Amino acid sequence: MAGQTLYDKLFDAHLVRTNDDGSSLLYIDRQVLHEVTSPQAFEGLRIAGRKPWRIDANIATPDHNVPTTERSAGVEFIVDPVSKIQVKTLDENCDEFGILEFKMNDHRQGIVHVMAPEQGAILPGVTAVCGDSHTATLGALGALAHGVGTSEVEHVLATQCLITKKMKNMLVRVDGALGVGVTPKDVVLHVIGVIGTAGGTGYAIEFGGDVFRNMSMEGRMTVCNMAIEAGARVGLVAVDQITLDYVEGRAFSPKGEDWNRAVEAWRSLVSDEDAEFDEVIVINGADIEPQVTWGTSPEMVVSVSDQVPNPANETDPVKVDGINRALKYMGLKADQKITDIKLDRVFIGSCTNSRIEDLRDAAKVVKGRKVADNIIQALVVPGSGLVKTQAENEGLDKIFIEAGLEWREPGCSMCLAMNPDKLGNGEHCASTSNRNFEGRQGFGGRTHLVSPAMAAAAAVTGHFIDVRELLQANG
Amino acid sequence: MNKFTLHTGIAAPLDRANIDTDMIIPKQFLKSIKRSGFGKNLFDELRYLDEGQPDQECTGRPLNEDFVLNKARYQGASVLLARENFGCGSSREHAPWALEDFGIRSVIAPSFAEIFYNNCFKNGLLPIVLSDAQVDQLFIEVEASEGYQLTINLEKQVVVTPSGEEIAFDIDGFRKHCLLNGLDDIGLTLQHADEIKAYEAKRKAEAPWLFGAIQ
Ligand code: SF4
Repeated sequence: MAGQTLYDKLFDAHLVRTNDDGSSLLYIDRQVLHEVTSPQAFEGLRIAGRKPWRIDANIATPDHNVPTTERSAGVEFIVDPVSKIQVKTLDENCDEFGILEFKMNDHRQGIVHVMAPEQGAILPGVTAVCGDSHTATLGALGALAHGVGTSEVEHVLATQCLITKKMKNMLVRVDGALGVGVTPKDVVLHVIGVIGTAGGTGYAIEFGGDVFRNMSMEGRMTVCNMAIEAGARVGLVAVDQITLDYVEGRAFSPKGEDWNRAVEAWRSLVSDEDAEFDEVIVINGADIEPQVTWGTSPEMVVSVSDQVPNPANETDPVKVDGINRALKYMGLKADQKITDIKLDRVFIGSCTNSRIEDLRDAAKVVKGRKVADNIIQALVVPGSGLVKTQAENEGLDKIFIEAGLEWREPGCSMCLAMNPDKLGNGEHCASTSNRNFEGRQGFGGRTHLVSPAMAAAAAVTGHFIDVRELLQANG
Repeated sequence: MNKFTLHTGIAAPLDRANIDTDMIIPKQFLKSIKRSGFGKNLFDELRYLDEGQPDQECTGRPLNEDFVLNKARYQGASVLLARENFGCGSSREHAPWALEDFGIRSVIAPSFAEIFYNNCFKNGLLPIVLSDAQVDQLFIEVEASEGYQLTINLEKQVVVTPSGEEIAFDIDGFRKHCLLNGLDDIGLTLQHADEIKAYEAKRKAEAPWLFGAIQ
């Protein structure tokens, strides 16, 4: 019998029962809650007179709606009434049910997918859910993490289980090493460009190969975060020493004898040598260049040295139509050089790229330079209060502020137009977030997804530029 | 979820085909963070003469006296008699939430939109499909006598009129079981609570660090 994949192992280890209709009841070790997708789940519990199955499996924080400007006055200062009510409701629900919540002004507050691993709330080998599709981020720790909808949030609260069906296994292997200035974000954008936004549908993707083995936890989280943009609800990286070093000593990580036992258990969280994957994609790391999305889907991505595609070179009428529509929305011309795209705003943040490494990458580029005149706004939004403090301890905030970027409070910010940080109609933004859909960052806004280093380079030049040119100039 | 076994209540005739989810609960009310409290805005545009706003107090708003649920004789109605394709439009679960919150327990119509039909069962609401002729007959009887009540016996799968006439209806066996026992998805999963607890005990023995850490 063939060996098991990491996904198979995690799935089997949490299987409570198989239902008559072929669906499975999977035990969920952890649920992370935020203000947008939880209110009706709590309300559902109340209406049915139910209690959460296990309080200590849950952790909560508001992120999507919180303003990222000065907010010491708290919830009452949120201007948008719907946002305010959602944040307040999360506070009230957590208080009522006794669930641990890092409230808006707690220094541990942050974007759910940044906060949870940072606290050790997510550990290798756990199953986790959160009412947000980028929950796949947590798979970087060798955890099986699913993004779920509100009715499933309620189901997990009430039963500690998720009704699910087993997925197929895909291995994305990136061999070799990355070039200088090429980051995990470029890797995942490139992968999405190769397999397409629907290529991973129905699969759990494991990221393997030397490039991921040598990648930091922050980088692995960036990669798994965007598995969903390739259609896969689950992204995974096998556990190794880098994982263990990251987890050790965090607030909710096991300590003492428990730590030793845990490490022993976690070492098996790798795919067996002879495991069979339903699909294997192999990419050479050295082939990957800094990436820029030009269109309205993450698969519409090219290298910074490339041009905007020309529909005339396509034969598939569906693709031609897609390219034409994207060109129109994005206000770009076929064959236009990527480096000729002028930018209006820059956003460095989101659950994809708001961790300490991302901020270091960006700071290295802007240090000693100034934001270009045509940039209306360049935001740096750390993913959590802890990231913010660490960055400040390293002096990164000063580098950003001196260069003319804004240094903000943690939250989802300009990743989605749900709080005051938005794009204006027709504005182009170099963004480190994960979705470039029409209107995602504001009505009529034009998003280009890039790495933090590329976004920083765009901020100081006013257009896209191969960040390696600036890094070389740094010496 | 509320059980549905035997129910007797005043029937109200809503004589209009293709009632869509926007009529059942207009979109300005969807921003709420709740799933209860939609009853006061059920059929908002048909029921009131002004334009309803979220969070608005509804007592005192000008009522459309011609709308069936505003008529004195149908106060307290819990069975809604409707025409074909009831519940068409969006997939919003707010539609059954609003009906349920208003006090409707069952909707009888010649046909329903599929998603709405499914959503009803998740919320303890019984949608009953009868033939055009049967629905016509009920409309005539309801309008003819004030205080007309229908009894719905889910176990026997019959609608009983005041004269004692029994009209049989079809329902999927699994859905019937869930409604009779008040089982939504969560209720169904909780039928396996012992298996969940057994798994949990094993998990706790294997990975004690996952229990009691987050508080
Ligand atoms: S940063 Fe963006 S993608 Fe991530 S959780 Fe927030 S809104 Fe979702």
